[in-house]
Parts: sequence; C-alpha cells; structure tokens
Amino acid sequence: MNKIKLIISREYLTRVKKKSFLLTTLLVPLVMVGFYAAIIAISLKGSDEKQQIAVIDESKIFDKEIHSTDKSISFLIIKNETEQSFIKKYKQQGFQALLAIAPANQSDTSSSSKIKFVLHSESSASLTTMNAIENIINNTLRTKELIANGIDPVAFDNIEKQIRLENIIDTKDGSKKSIAGISYAVSFACGILIYMMMIFYGTQVMRGVTEEKTNRIAEVVVSSVKPFQLMMGKIIGIGAVGLTQFAIWLVLLFMMQIAIPFIFPDLMQQANNAAINNQENAVMIADIMQGISSLPLTKIILSFLFYFLGGYLTYASLFAAVGSVVSEDQQEAQQLVFPILMPIILGFVIMTKAINDPNSSLAVFGSIFPLTSPIVMMGRITYDFPVWQLALSMILLVGCFLFFTWITGKIYRIGILMYGKKPSWKEMIKWAFAK
Amino acid sequence: MNILALHELKKYFATQKAVDNISFNISEGSIFGLLGPNGAGKTTLLRMITGIFYPDSGEIIFNGKKFDPLNDTINIGYMPEERGLYKKMKIGEQVLYLARLKGMSKSDAMSQIKKWFVKLEMESWWDKKVEDLSKGMSQKLQFVTTVIHQPRLIILDEPFSGLDPVNANLIKDEIFNLAKNGSTIIFSTHRMEQVEEICDHIVLVNKGKKILDGTISNVKQEFKENIYRVGAAISPELLTKEMFEVVKHQPDQLLLKLNNQHTSNEVLQYLLQQGVSIQSFNEVLPSLNDIFLKLVEDNSATRKFQPVN
Repeated sequence: MNKIKLIISREYLTRVKKKSFLLTTLLVPLVMVGFYAAIIAISLKGSDEKQQIAVIDESKIFDKEIHSTDKSISFLIIKNETEQSFIKKYKQQGFQALLAIAPANQSDTSSSSKIKFVLHSESSASLTTMNAIENIINNTLRTKELIANGIDPVAFDNIEKQIRLENIIDTKDGSKKSIAGISYAVSFACGILIYMMMIFYGTQVMRGVTEEKTNRIAEVVVSSVKPFQLMMGKIIGIGAVGLTQFAIWLVLLFMMQIAIPFIFPDLMQQANNAAINNQENAVMIADIMQGISSLPLTKIILSFLFYFLGGYLTYASLFAAVGSVVSEDQQEAQQLVFPILMPIILGFVIMTKAINDPNSSLAVFGSIFPLTSPIVMMGRITYDFPVWQLALSMILLVGCFLFFTWITGKIYRIGILMYGKKPSWKEMIKWAFAK
Repeated sequence: MNILALHELKKYFATQKAVDNISFNISEGSIFGLLGPNGAGKTTLLRMITGIFYPDSGEIIFNGKKFDPLNDTINIGYMPEERGLYKKMKIGEQVLYLARLKGMSKSDAMSQIKKWFVKLEMESWWDKKVEDLSKGMSQKLQFVTTVIHQPRLIILDEPFSGLDPVNANLIKDEIFNLAKNGSTIIFSTHRMEQVEEICDHIVLVNKGKKILDGTISNVKQEFKENIYRVGAAISPELLTKEMFEVVKHQPDQLLLKLNNQHTSNEVLQYLLQQGVSIQSFNEVLPSLNDIFLKLVEDNSATRKFQPVN
C-alpha cells in the first residue's frame, strides 16, 4: 500500500511540477472563454459593411423612401430610370445592388403578391442581406396595407405580441423559476468537460505506460512492485492531476467573481447603469441568476465528480492496456485507441440528443449503459428523472470499472514486458481471461 | 547455506518452453554465473527469481523459505539486460524513488545514495536528467539503483555492456566488494572471459533446460581432453605416437592429446628419455568459451519454436 502511494505521488508530482501543467491550466479556460466570446461576438455583430441599394420602383408602391430598420442597409429610390437602363450604371454610382420592383401587370396594384421583386448584384447576394431586405420590404408593405385598410399599425403590433411562457418547478422546498437555456448550458458544459477530460487524461495514461515500457523502466519497477500497483498508481496519480486542475479552475472562478469589482470598479458601475437603463437586460440577468439558483447544484457537482472519476477510471484502464501492448510505433497505438474512442464519441452524440429530450429512451439507455453514462448522464443531470436510473447507472459504472481494471490489469501485466510484435486481439483476449 | 534453491521450475509460453524443469542451488556469498545462448530462457528464469513472473510449476526457496515476491523484493536487486530509467526525471530523485519503491525509508535511502554517489564519483549528477547522461554513465547509475538497498541477492543481466574498461573495472571491483560483504550475485551473460574471471559457480542453460552445473574448476576438469602443452623445440616426426597424438605443432611448442590409458608422468618420462630439452609442461584446460560452444553448437545455437504439448 505504501508503494502504491509512492507511485501515485511520483506520477502526480512530476506532472504538476511541470511548467506546462500550470500553463495549460491557466490557458485552457482563457482560450475557451475567448473562443466562445469570439463566437458570440461574431454572431451578434452584423456585417460592418454599409450596403447602399438602389431601388427602381416601376410599380410605384413606394412613394418617397423606404425606411430601413437595419443600420447596415440603406435604400435610395432612383427616379427617371428603368430597370434595364440602370443595370449598367448602379455599380458606378456606388450602389452595391439594385432592387427592381416590376410593375403589376394586372389592375390591382395594392396586392404585393403580384409584384415581382428582383435584386441585381455583381456576385450572389448573401443570405443575411436577402433576409434583411425581405424583412424590411415586408414590414413596410404590411404597415402600408394596414393603414390602407384602416388599422392602426401600433394597435396591430400590440395584438400580435407573442406570449412568453414561464416554467416554474414545484418541489418540496418550494417553487422555483426554471430557465430552459440555463439547464441546457450547464448540462452541455458538464458533458463536454467530462468528454474532454476522459480523452485528455486517458491519453496521458496511455502515453505514460508506453513511455515506461519503451524506456524499459517498467521491468525495473515491477521487480519492486506488482504490475497492477504500477498501473493503478499511474491511473490514480493522473486522475489526481485532473482533479487538481478542476480545483484550480473552481478557485479561479471564485476569485474572479470577487476580484473583478475591485480591479474594474467602472465595469460593474457601467453594467449596473446599463441594467437600470435597459429594463430588458436587467430582467434577463435576474432570470439567469434565478435560473442558476433553480438548478440542483449539489446534485450536479456531486454527480459530476462521480461520473468524472467513474468514467476516467473505466477508460483509463483501457488506455493503460493499449499503452502496454504497443511499442515505439505510435501508429499502432492509434489503431488500438480507435475502438476505445468510439463509445466516448457515441456518448457525446447521445448527450447532445439527451439535453433536448432528457427522458427519451435513447437518453435513458445512454445514461445507464456504463460506457456512455459518464457523458450522457451529465446531459440529463439538470432535469428531473427517476432515482432508480441514477442508482442503476452508478452501480453499473462502478461494476464496469472493476471489471475492466481486472481484465486490463492482466493484459497490462503481460504486455508491459513484451517487446517486438504487437499482439493480436485474439492474443490479448487470451491474456485477459488467462488464469 | 543456500540463499536460493530452484526446484523443477517450469514456465511455458504459447510458442515455446521458456524454462523447462530447471533446478539448481546458489550458496550465500558466491558469485554465480548463469550462462546460455540468446533465447535460452535466462531472462525468463531471472524474471521468476525476481517475482516478475510466476512459475507454471516448481518452487523457489529463498533464504530457506518459500519465495514470497511481495516481501522478498527488498532483499533482491535486479538490473535487467535492457536498462531502464525515467529519462526526464532528475537523477537524485530517481534513485531515491526506486530505493523507496524497494521499501527503504527516505533517510536510509538518502544516506546510501550519498555514499554510492561519492564512491562512484557521481556527486555532480544529482540535478541532471538521465537524458543528459552517456550510455556508460547511465549504466553506472543503473548499477547504483540496483544495489542501493543493500540486497542480499543481486541479479545482474549483462552488467558490463556499454562500459569502457575503466568503468567496467570499477563496477567489477564493486561486485567483488559486495560479494565479500556477504551479498550473493547472480551474473547473467554470454561473455565467457568475464565469467571465468568473476564467477565461482556456473549453470549453463540451453533451450530452457539446464545442461551444465558446477564450479568453474570442476566444469573444466569435466570437459578437459587430456591435452598438454610441451614447451620444447622439437619436430613431431621424431616421436612415436603410441602414448599421444600431436594436436598442434609450433616451432617452440607442441600440443599433445594423451591417450586414455597413459598419464602425464609417463609422457614426460618418455620425452626426457628422448633427450628433448623441455622448458615447460602443463595441462591445457578448455576455456569456458570452448565448453560453451561445444555444448551449445551441438544443438544448433538458435532456438527453434517448438510446440508445447
């Protein structure tokens, strides 16, 4: 027992003491936050390019101007020109496109359905531009027709206002407001984190084992300790590195919450002002806070720890076995790793489905089947489901971990001292079930 | 007293009988040579003695009791043929780690490491990494890690490969020292001149079976072919050949192989009667190399795969 502690502490310390550990621990959240910030920024921000569009309105449905609600698009109605004549000129006059509104061929000019709208452009217009123009024209026409029919557009908007559905969860402790987006985001974040950690630390275990084997240190060490102790020491040591990384992230998150108001007092002030000024934002922030508080946080954190450890331990032993049978050739490792990665990836795919439909039979199966449960269960964790499913899933995961460790320990024991030819699957199965 | 006794050890792998019914004893404080061609089963045998492999059948008696790999490893130091150390780990930490894995306390390990590092002039290495060392240097380091916990049984698989003569002598002296202080040394090699120089007792294995067992002088006696070297300038044609045949003739010496019923004294007497002036007369014992080649070549040196039934 003492020896396995020594191995764990060596595996742990050599990794934690490395500069790259601190670097990745600090950089990964920054990169991730930066990545998502960039995605959000890009999707929020429209094109900065101002588009000026010439309009030839031969049907005369617009009198003077078209009021654009989109800042990046403006319209200018060109008089005394025809579609055919202006096609050659719009580019030179600084317009990006030409919107031609063909005259209605029938007597009824007021019906927009009989008017033909054509957008001329040099290259194919982007979907956003097309949508924006369609929206603007549609709105303008609708307002026009409402007025023509004697309906006040403001009154119409009020009638048309969409309802907003609110979800309140009633538990023993009282009622809480639930925000679907928040549970979705938390589930997804937990699932993806476990997915990444399992692959990342699993591969570390595999590389560590292969390194020991090719360095031939394995033979020296197993003359002092049992191969199983060496394998478990490595797996536990690397798992502890993972937990340390989580702990650092949690502390960082906590510190950031405290520190940001001190470092950027103006920022909070601005945010507050914005919230006061902008009623909608304030409501949204309050909603998010309520949404987070409505989540079963203890349950989420505990299950996250359980499924991270369970999933990591289950797969780490498989990775260790692969590491023990390959030699220098990295390509061999890739071939053998593929079957291990398959269920992990499958779990990820089921997880994305389970978030949308947490009680579907696929989600229930995925969250109980031990090879996918660590990831899929995270996708369901913010939703309510029967306790027996959680219990069964946990028991199966522990059982699976014990079974795999037992089997892979045997493969590892033989593999780590075998050099030369890579063993076939048949041979490995034979080792695994040998007495 | 025997520190190690093997009784009818067997270990079969899927494609061959790696160790097939081998028994021998090693007495405490001796330097024991385990010889054999490549693939003879030496490494498998050593791995069973170090507790890495379990024998399929047979038993190992260590220090008078049945060998218990878990508790006896503290008394065994094993230096495998393929050297292994963590390349990126600092040398001092590495030796400390391996010593503690053997079961030493931290303070004991530190004092032993200091002692050995001073002895082998390695003090400046503490903060270096293994990848910075030359092959010979890492060999020395490996030797230190093997003996650091003062094991009673030290198993060295090809300990001199890659060492220059100076360092080889250094290690050789340490091996003699360790033996003098009561450690038993198992020395596995196929370099026969080293075996003759170092070992007291040898066992030769081939194809998983023991084919020779004894002290070096006994083995040599057993395999001697009654050949004598006569230091004399004489032409062989002048001698009658009824007592011996001339194996080799050089201007100043003759090699004679005596016929079975005649003794060396009779031959010497005959030569003196012939008026030959003799500078020297001595028996030529076969070298271990000759014995090895004779025994192993008889059964084709490389080992064929054989089915296990």
